[in-house]
Amino acid sequence: MAKLAPHADLPQYQAVTREVLAAHRDEPGALLPILHDIQDRLGAVPPEVLALIAEDLCLSRAEVHGVVSFYHDFRASPPGRVHLKLCQAEACQSMGAKALTAELQEKLGLQLGETRADGSLTLEAVYCLGNCACAPSALLNGELHGRVDVEDLLDLVEEQEARL
Amino acid sequence: MSSPITVYVPRDASALSLGADKVARAIVAEAAARNIEVRLVRNGSRGLFWLEPLVEVATPAGRVAYGPVKALDVGGLFDAGFLDGGEHSLGLGLTEEIDYLKRQERLTFARAGITDPLSLADYIEHDGYRGLKRALQIGSEAIIAEVLDSGLRGRGGAAFPTGIKWRTVAGCTAAQKYIVCNADEGDSGTFSDRMVMEDDPFVLIEGMTIAALAVGATEGYIYLRSEYPHAEAALTATIATAYAEGYLGDDILGSGQRFHLHLRRGAGAYVCGEETSLLESLEGKRGEVRPKPPLPAIEGLFGQPTVINNVISLASVPIILDKGGAYYKDYGMGRSLGTLPIQLTGNIARGGLIEKAFGVTLRELLYDYGGGSATGRPIRAVQVGGPLGAYLPESQFDTPLDYEAFAAIGAVLGHGGIVVFDDTVDLAHMARYAMEFCAIESCGKCTPCRIGSTRGEELLEQIIVARSEGPQPGRIELLKSLCDTMLGASLCALGGMTPYPVLSALNHFPEDFGVSQDAAEAR
Repeated sequence: MAKLAPHADLPQYQAVTREVLAAHRDEPGALLPILHDIQDRLGAVPPEVLALIAEDLCLSRAEVHGVVSFYHDFRASPPGRVHLKLCQAEACQSMGAKALTAELQEKLGLQLGETRADGSLTLEAVYCLGNCACAPSALLNGELHGRVDVEDLLDLVEEQEARL
Repeated sequence: MSSPITVYVPRDASALSLGADKVARAIVAEAAARNIEVRLVRNGSRGLFWLEPLVEVATPAGRVAYGPVKALDVGGLFDAGFLDGGEHSLGLGLTEEIDYLKRQERLTFARAGITDPLSLADYIEHDGYRGLKRALQIGSEAIIAEVLDSGLRGRGGAAFPTGIKWRTVAGCTAAQKYIVCNADEGDSGTFSDRMVMEDDPFVLIEGMTIAALAVGATEGYIYLRSEYPHAEAALTATIATAYAEGYLGDDILGSGQRFHLHLRRGAGAYVCGEETSLLESLEGKRGEVRPKPPLPAIEGLFGQPTVINNVISLASVPIILDKGGAYYKDYGMGRSLGTLPIQLTGNIARGGLIEKAFGVTLRELLYDYGGGSATGRPIRAVQVGGPLGAYLPESQFDTPLDYEAFAAIGAVLGHGGIVVFDDTVDLAHMARYAMEFCAIESCGKCTPCRIGSTRGEELLEQIIVARSEGPQPGRIELLKSLCDTMLGASLCALGGMTPYPVLSALNHFPEDFGVSQDAAEAR
């Protein structure tokens, strides 16, 4: 997904946000589903739309910002086109996830939580994918992979990059 | 031409993570190339994850299993006549006769891996919705009596009697009551909730519907963690089917009773597995913990009386209603009745789901079922009950899985997850990680958790750096004092139980903290 250019794309953000808000009109406590729907469509929850959400839900901007910033999932700008989440939790650690992460970070030249400047790749930590009997685990663009090693992950990233 | 042979390739996320889709495609392609008619069913997983992808074939003698199958093996399987149960190096014989599976007591997971999880017809054919039908006949009071009689305790970890929770909500008078399913299964080493939702989702929908009838609730929510996209897809599809076929909606099976069920996606906050934080999140707020009282049963979602139960608790209700509380209670020991879906994970040769009556020992699970570590090295420690559970040494492996037996050794059973570590594990690093995780996930509402976790992480880092230089009693004492504060003064289990892994690591593995075994015993 292309990096969001805040000003040029503002009308699009607003249109999407209005559609999402309308779709959740009669739903109680709908802020999380609203934020998810916006992020599913735009790749992020652009800070520019928070005021619109706040107004529609009769909340303050601070309240909406408070919710957006509380949850790890919501991001202000879209992730890289290839989005790799590496599990760092105990079960994966028991199968060498720490060493795997260190080696992968070195080979990719990217630390956990970083996105390449050209927007091609994001590397992120995740805490449990529920695949603990097949550790270590990774989620690559929504696809789950188990019992992975560094070579597997580098191949998978390359495969994804070629596909996109 | 004979009728097509049925071949099963699981759709469970763990099976997919090991290439099940590729195997399924290879089977379809190979069958087409050989002009053989095959009926492919994407079943759930049996939970024997070291054998996934586990391919099964329906034969006159029963289902025959092959695994772990890679796409490259498929041609060879056809050559070996696997469609007639032919012999092959990956052959495992009749699935039901696989020792690991045969020795289990599958009640909650009776259908997992057997049926097509998205098929209502399959669900009903395998005893599904019998519990709901009986519930509709006997009514609220008798439903609650069955659940009370079963001895079912909350499987999320707190082990509070489910029937008592339900009775409290049923006794409240309110215009609106809710059923909330806690499907925010964030503990490392657990996946039984995920398996229910992916491999037998109708059982959860049925359990929630029965809960609604019992307490007089007409609205329900499943709060599902966002890390489970496959479960979300399975639930979305089956909830729609349940509505279409009259199992949800304004007139459940023509009874005039109504129950509407909504699926909500979490957003990556571990603390939302705590019930009051989850309710805040469902209301569209920051997932900050609420002080208790009031209990959610009295003032829960949107301030209304609310049953909030874990996936496994709710998924255990249909069989209790179908076969009776007495049948369920027959399994287990002491005050831990029924079965526990145990998840054997981490560094283990045969990891998977083991549903057993309470009372099985860790040693049986680790060696008889698990076959020892995956790396072949000695098992040094296991963590039971997720990131907030204690680390246990080999000397405690004879402890039976029982809520009270675990409490007696300062440990918790939690959601039944067991993470295995071999002798390369550094328990001081694991203790530091426990504090680090608490710091990342703390909701920030109470000081012991918000500040204590960060101070604890710093302190453990100092201990790790200095441990080779000899004992550091000052820092160890400070760590214990900090843990004591977190244990006693945190608002919820996140801050209140992070000391469990930290102190158990320190007590059982003092050498990793630069404390000699003798010095630890002297104190």
